[in-house]
Amino acid sequence: MIVMFELNGKSVSARVVHPTSLLAMLRDELRLPGSKNACEEGECGSCSVILDGDLVCSCLVMAADVERSVVTTVEGVGDDGKLHPVQQAMLDSGGVQCGFCTPGIVMTAVDLFDRVESPSPDDIREALAGNICRCTGYGAILRGLEAL
Amino acid sequence: MTAPPSTTLTDHVTGTVNGIGESTVRPDGIPKLQGSFAYASDLETEGMLWAATVRSPHPHARIVDIDPGPALAIGGVHAVLTAEDVPGRLLFGLEHPDQPVLASDVVRYWGEPVAIVAAEDPETARIAAAAVTVEYVVLDPLVDPEEADTRDEVFRRIRIRRGDQDVRGSVVVEGVYEVGMQDQAPLGTEAGLAIPDGEGGVDLYATTQYVHADHSQIVASLDLTAEMVRSHPTGIGGAFGAREDVNLHIHLCMLALYTRRPVKQVYQRSESFTGHVHRHPARLRYRHEADEDGRLVRVEADVLIDGGAYASTTSAVLGNACYFAVGPYKCDNVNVDGVGVRTNNPPCGAMRGFGAVQVCFAHEAQMDRLAAALDMDPLELRRRNALATGDALATTGQRIDTPLPTREVIDSLVAMPMPEDDDSEDPLRLPGGTGLTTERRDVRRGVGYAFGIKNLGFSEGSDDYAQARVLLSPQGAIVETAAIEVGQGLVTVVGQIARSALGIGNVEVRHIDTSRIGSAGSTSASRQTQLTGGAVLAAATALRDRVLTEFAGEYLDDDGVWRDGELVVPYAELASGGWEETTTFRHPPTEEPDENGQGTLHADFAVAGHRAIVDVDVGLGLVRVVRIDTAQDVGKALNPESVRGQIEGGILQGVGLAMMEELIVEGGVIRNPTFTDYLLPTVLDAPDVEALLIEQEGSWGPHGAKGVGEPPTISSTAAVAAAIREATGLALPRVPIRPEHVALEGGV
Amino acid sequence: MDFVVATDLEEALDALGRGALPLAGGTDLMVGVNAGQRPDNVVALRRVRELRQRNGQRIGAGVTWRVIEDEGPRALAQAARTVGSPQIRNAGTLGGNVGTASPAGDGLPFLAAVDAEIELTSREGVRTLRWDEFFTGVKETARRTDELITAVVLPAALPGRQEFAKIGVRNAMVIATVACVVTRADDGTTTVALGSVAPTPIRIPEAEELAKTLSDPGSAALDEFQHLVAAGVRPITDHRSTEEYRRHGAGVLARRLLTRCLREGAA
Repeated sequence: MIVMFELNGKSVSARVVHPTSLLAMLRDELRLPGSKNACEEGECGSCSVILDGDLVCSCLVMAADVERSVVTTVEGVGDDGKLHPVQQAMLDSGGVQCGFCTPGIVMTAVDLFDRVESPSPDDIREALAGNICRCTGYGAILRGLEAL
Repeated sequence: MTAPPSTTLTDHVTGTVNGIGESTVRPDGIPKLQGSFAYASDLETEGMLWAATVRSPHPHARIVDIDPGPALAIGGVHAVLTAEDVPGRLLFGLEHPDQPVLASDVVRYWGEPVAIVAAEDPETARIAAAAVTVEYVVLDPLVDPEEADTRDEVFRRIRIRRGDQDVRGSVVVEGVYEVGMQDQAPLGTEAGLAIPDGEGGVDLYATTQYVHADHSQIVASLDLTAEMVRSHPTGIGGAFGAREDVNLHIHLCMLALYTRRPVKQVYQRSESFTGHVHRHPARLRYRHEADEDGRLVRVEADVLIDGGAYASTTSAVLGNACYFAVGPYKCDNVNVDGVGVRTNNPPCGAMRGFGAVQVCFAHEAQMDRLAAALDMDPLELRRRNALATGDALATTGQRIDTPLPTREVIDSLVAMPMPEDDDSEDPLRLPGGTGLTTERRDVRRGVGYAFGIKNLGFSEGSDDYAQARVLLSPQGAIVETAAIEVGQGLVTVVGQIARSALGIGNVEVRHIDTSRIGSAGSTSASRQTQLTGGAVLAAATALRDRVLTEFAGEYLDDDGVWRDGELVVPYAELASGGWEETTTFRHPPTEEPDENGQGTLHADFAVAGHRAIVDVDVGLGLVRVVRIDTAQDVGKALNPESVRGQIEGGILQGVGLAMMEELIVEGGVIRNPTFTDYLLPTVLDAPDVEALLIEQEGSWGPHGAKGVGEPPTISSTAAVAAAIREATGLALPRVPIRPEHVALEGGV
Repeated sequence: MDFVVATDLEEALDALGRGALPLAGGTDLMVGVNAGQRPDNVVALRRVRELRQRNGQRIGAGVTWRVIEDEGPRALAQAARTVGSPQIRNAGTLGGNVGTASPAGDGLPFLAAVDAEIELTSREGVRTLRWDEFFTGVKETARRTDELITAVVLPAALPGRQEFAKIGVRNAMVIATVACVVTRADDGTTTVALGSVAPTPIRIPEAEELAKTLSDPGSAALDEFQHLVAAGVRPITDHRSTEEYRRHGAGVLARRLLTRCLREGAA
């Protein structure tokens, strides 16, 4: 079947031949590898995207279920290739090491700062609770986002 | 050794230098933040097939028959290969080739690869792998490491006898300790793309920490000449030791050469847990003897680590465990017996800390027990025994001739301010978190200290070196290396080293393949800043000196060569001159141990200490690690923010081992190979970290830098355990410490 | 692959009648798909407006944990805050939690504690089952495959005091080792419900009887209460915890929650 939806501000369609995840469709069919596949169980947040206004794990969304939906991935963050403020903050604070968790953390932070004007340090921590980072110990990520 | 370049050079450069000592931002930071950085799992090319692996469902079995027929009958399946199809050496291994590329007659661990398939798409490959029919006769697995020791199923035994074996101390403490099997769990799983070159050779882009070691093993198993295989660095999503060994590398090359098509594979998480080696679980029996003043008189240790089914780096891990069995303390009489056993458990190998983690957990518990037996402050006990430059390492007798500020680490850690008592009822400040299990009145606070020591670089007579090239191109200076960037920041720091040495701000670091440069060695053993950094410093310095000599210049910058305040050679002219310098850097030689385990086995050491502050809900056994303070011997911090990142990340892996991270293996089978059940610390489990960098230059690393990656992971686990012991009064001889160990008294 | 994106209840029920597997938030079903399961007939429920409605004590099955965290009754909202991660709470639904019927389902102890009913709808009509009629075993329920869980119906009056707690090995994204809800009404009626300690959520009637007689949060009889709870659960040992710890934790948690209810009552 063909799934049509809005992806990063553009209408797109993709072929789905068997039950598969939005993550697999983004990566394999739509050639957007920014959303990362690290657990496929919703336990790491590396594949986080914004689906119809909600931050979700794209590995747990059935691809066919995004018909007529609006999806934003890390590739759709920032204007004209310029860094979004949360991206700049993480760059400046040293919040990126291997970077595999980074797109998911960017999406979580973008969602948080869209919903909450001045999130407290605890707001930031609770918002990031679904994003595993194996490299940084989270310190530099928190310092970056708390500075915003 | 090359002298450090004069610092005045950088003063001439306009704008930001981004040289050593600055917290330069990562050059790969922007693509990583934008999702455009290409990891191995993101690679693709025209006409690409997908691979999948057929794995043993048994930890020990004889293979009677493998029938690829049902898989080959599926449309879109291009190949099913087995051990018979390995063109060259069947066995691979980082130190000892003993592991079959594909099991031929016997499988020796759960998940061992038996066959590989290539198909048009990942779905077909997965179905085809499931369709390969393998007939097994199940055999009894050997899963008890003690039994393996008794049966002499061993990879290595180490016997250390130093000093007078008859000396006895008046105060004696004994203990038996256990460390569970931790996994590196890098977020990126194993992935790779092999592309046949059409002339019988192959190019491989795969997750790795050590591209030249992969290359030599691939060449041997494919029976090709070295030139026919090119192993390329690519984007890596973390490593922590999991990527030193070959896993999918030879498989992908075999399939690519067989099908004459590019072949890609990405392990799923559950496959990743069987597809790489783990941290060795350990059983450690200790006896410490001291005099009335608390001076260590004798230390005796039995170290047993389970290497699992194949050798991997068990021999070297066992070496580290034995050589650092006493910790950063002096002792003249030492008796260590170590064994790394062979079982049908999952193979174990490198993980951050590499043997030093396991013994640190034990020797630090022993030091606290000894202090209690002496009725002495445990920190005072450590001060009295602190190992310093000029002392002999307790185990090997090696005279330590690089800076080793153990005493400074202890004193500065103790002097760091303590957090105030917390009376908050906010669940985020309490054990159990938003689970709302715990109120402040259920909590006891504990404080624990631990200190650890480890070697930097390869040891025991390894010819440890790194090659790097620096060249001047029209785009700026370029550093070329085959050293692998796994996230740690090598790409940043070697650029800084080159900038400071050359005086040129425009420096790009390129990771190039095995055919274009010599080995940089492994991204492990905390070695790359020292080894590849050393090679880059030497190459850049030599290149600058040659340029300045040639043009009688005073200094070099992005504009070109300067003399008497005038630009004498514009950079563009310089860049067309083919200027380049390739340097191989070696650390001071080491030797193999003698029959008593004695000798100059190590090139350098680093010491670190951790103070853990924990809140324990004793009734439920839940723990919140409130804060970890650390002082770490870093030599010279070339990029302080990067160093801090290594420290914070390494500490959280140590906290993970202390509190939750363990692969549960029953009868050789991993029961929790998922992120649902192999728990990694989340941000809500992460303590605040305060870090103090102890800089004492004099090491052979560039500008006196020492490797910083492993020390944060070594004593943080032990410090958390000590803090929980202090809060509860329990012995807690095993990590991870689970709620039941605390809540049910004597629960271990 | 048959895939229906249902936009109203009729479409959803029709699809179920044709054997479709219901897909709500995907947080359970997709884990199986990612592991290689390939359901050939699926109906997506995300857009079925009827399922996302809340009317008084009737909570639509498609209401997400995120909404319950903000707007649900106290102990259910407390439970919601511990469900997975923010991403999971944005997708996962109460109905999905009920339908999966994991022994560790975070929402289930609350439903047991307040004697909630599960509303099942098919083309044949609507029936409601009490929670203890609905949950029949580990991941087993009384739902027929043509039935859709359309709502959870809470009693008209909820107890004035209700407390939830959950033990896990880490502080987010964790499967409960033990979860517990204790409720207390003004007349002293107390309920004690637990999860992860039996094949289904369970109540501990003996402990509830004893608790009814207690009013002092410092009462010595709390020891007996804790003991009754620990004795009343039926936990197992697995790779996540041990039977002994789960039993212990159940007693301690229930005692703490009862104490909270009593303290609050006394204040």
